[in-house]
Amino acid sequence: MRHLSHRLRRLQNNVNTDYIISGRYKFRIRDARELAKHVFEDLEKDFYKKVRKGDFLISGENFGCGSSREQAPQALKATGLRAVVAKSFARIFYRNALNLGLLLLECNTNYIDDHDELELDLDRSKIKNLSKGINIACKPISALAKKILADGGMVEYFKKHKGRIEIEA
Amino acid sequence: MASKFIKQTIAEKILTAHAQKSVRSGEVAICEVDFCLGQDGTSSLIIENFEKLGVDKVYNPSQFAMFIDHSAPSPNTGVSDIHKLMREFAAKHSVKISDVGCGICHQLMLESGSMTCGNLVVGADSHTCTYGALNIFSTGVGSTDLAISLASGKNWFRVPETIKIVISGRLPVGVYSKDVILQIIKTITSKGANYKALEFCGDAIGKMSLDARFTIANMSVEMGAKCGIFEADKKVIDWVFRRSKRKVNPVAADDGASYEDVKEYRVDSMVPQIAMPHEVDNVVPLEEVAGTRIDEVFIGTCTNGRLEDLKIAAAILKNNKVCSETRLLIAPASREVFLNAIKKGYIEIFINAGAVLLGPGCGPCVGTHNGVPADGENAISTANRNFKGRMGNPNANIFLASPATCAASAIAGKISDPRAFSRRLK
Repeated sequence: MRHLSHRLRRLQNNVNTDYIISGRYKFRIRDARELAKHVFEDLEKDFYKKVRKGDFLISGENFGCGSSREQAPQALKATGLRAVVAKSFARIFYRNALNLGLLLLECNTNYIDDHDELELDLDRSKIKNLSKGINIACKPISALAKKILADGGMVEYFKKHKGRIEIEA
Repeated sequence: MASKFIKQTIAEKILTAHAQKSVRSGEVAICEVDFCLGQDGTSSLIIENFEKLGVDKVYNPSQFAMFIDHSAPSPNTGVSDIHKLMREFAAKHSVKISDVGCGICHQLMLESGSMTCGNLVVGADSHTCTYGALNIFSTGVGSTDLAISLASGKNWFRVPETIKIVISGRLPVGVYSKDVILQIIKTITSKGANYKALEFCGDAIGKMSLDARFTIANMSVEMGAKCGIFEADKKVIDWVFRRSKRKVNPVAADDGASYEDVKEYRVDSMVPQIAMPHEVDNVVPLEEVAGTRIDEVFIGTCTNGRLEDLKIAAAILKNNKVCSETRLLIAPASREVFLNAIKKGYIEIFINAGAVLLGPGCGPCVGTHNGVPADGENAISTANRNFKGRMGNPNANIFLASPATCAASAIAGKISDPRAFSRRLK
């Protein structure tokens, strides 16, 4: 899978799910597109307006730490982001994003600056930074995770496989 | 069926028992789940996803419970709609629901008797790890994962590596398990235990009440941990035996089990700790920030809203008044805690001191209702998170501390050392 991105957002380490979508909104708004308007609101007002469809969000260590709210990846996905690229992801967020079919990539994001153009090669687990002319290796995605992503998320996976979860031996 | 040959940690043993094959850290296993729960911030998505799965009934209705605690009583129509949806789902599928005023999901789960040692529990709330203190592998998951378990009784788990945390010594007067866990979070950091299990042991744990241990287990997730498990000593077995009809089969680690790391902490000379805004691992000794103005104090939550916490707060607040420029909000963690606090006279002490009593529930912790601080205000809280905006206002500062520190700070109107009340706390 190849994808070209034109714009990026760079955020710090330990971006928690309260920052992604505040508790003020997650309890009362159920429409993902409405939630998306409040993404990162406490860090940067009107962040959602700056996201273009297919953008990559770039971050540091431990992205998505904190609460288990699935509204966090749900709202991020609804902004039109193609993927979140970070040095590492917090555990619950990783599962939630995977379950919703939002692509997460782990790599050394020091090699990526704001607005660098990126091309994703998911089969080879690498990101080409076209602006810098370098390849960045990503941590390979597990076989099960790839299947869940390919099906478009865990709900679709579950239905397709009639409730059976296939794990590699 | 634990292997006779492989030495296992508690986490590996519990997942092995639920996968019905021997598993080691790093492997992925399909495990049967003993209990599932959701709260009002996560249940609307649980229900939505469950209904998309094409399954017409809950796998085991007696092993699922929903709790209305995070935004309760409802502050607006959006939340009211979610609560209504939960009640309707509960009625349709004959599952238990704890409605407004019953208390916080985690405290109610601990009190409920629906879990026993060695169980595997998933909750759509990150602080589900609290039950680790009862020798349970309990972990927070998102709403889709919870829906999958609700429909199938199972889920997939990556078996975590374990970091052993040894806590030894005797806590000085005025210093509590909250100070210990804040100190641990400071050294491990908020990402230091990501994907890992924590196993807490050491003679200091043995001396702690279960209420004190729940505080430690509760904050495991603040280091990214999947769970924070304790061995089952007599206090744990008594707790489970008293509340549950289920068999008590404690799970201990094997001698020679493989740990990714071992961290040791001595508590004898520990001092009160404060987590500074806006990160839980931004921890300093209280004396470094003593005197900081405090506008709002909150005592409660799944971290520190239990009877022992209220007892400590009452000892400090007795015959004292909350500073006239400071608000003190107190929310007992459950109805049982509330009733016991009334019987013990703590509630009367709080009201005489000028505190505001809130109904059992999450209170101002998650910023959806009740006690939102104003711009530029400082709040000190017994909760587990101080992220920017957590209590509903991104322009306020949240400090985290023990119930003793919070009570002492409420009287002074500034961050204050509870050891000034040492004679009351012995």
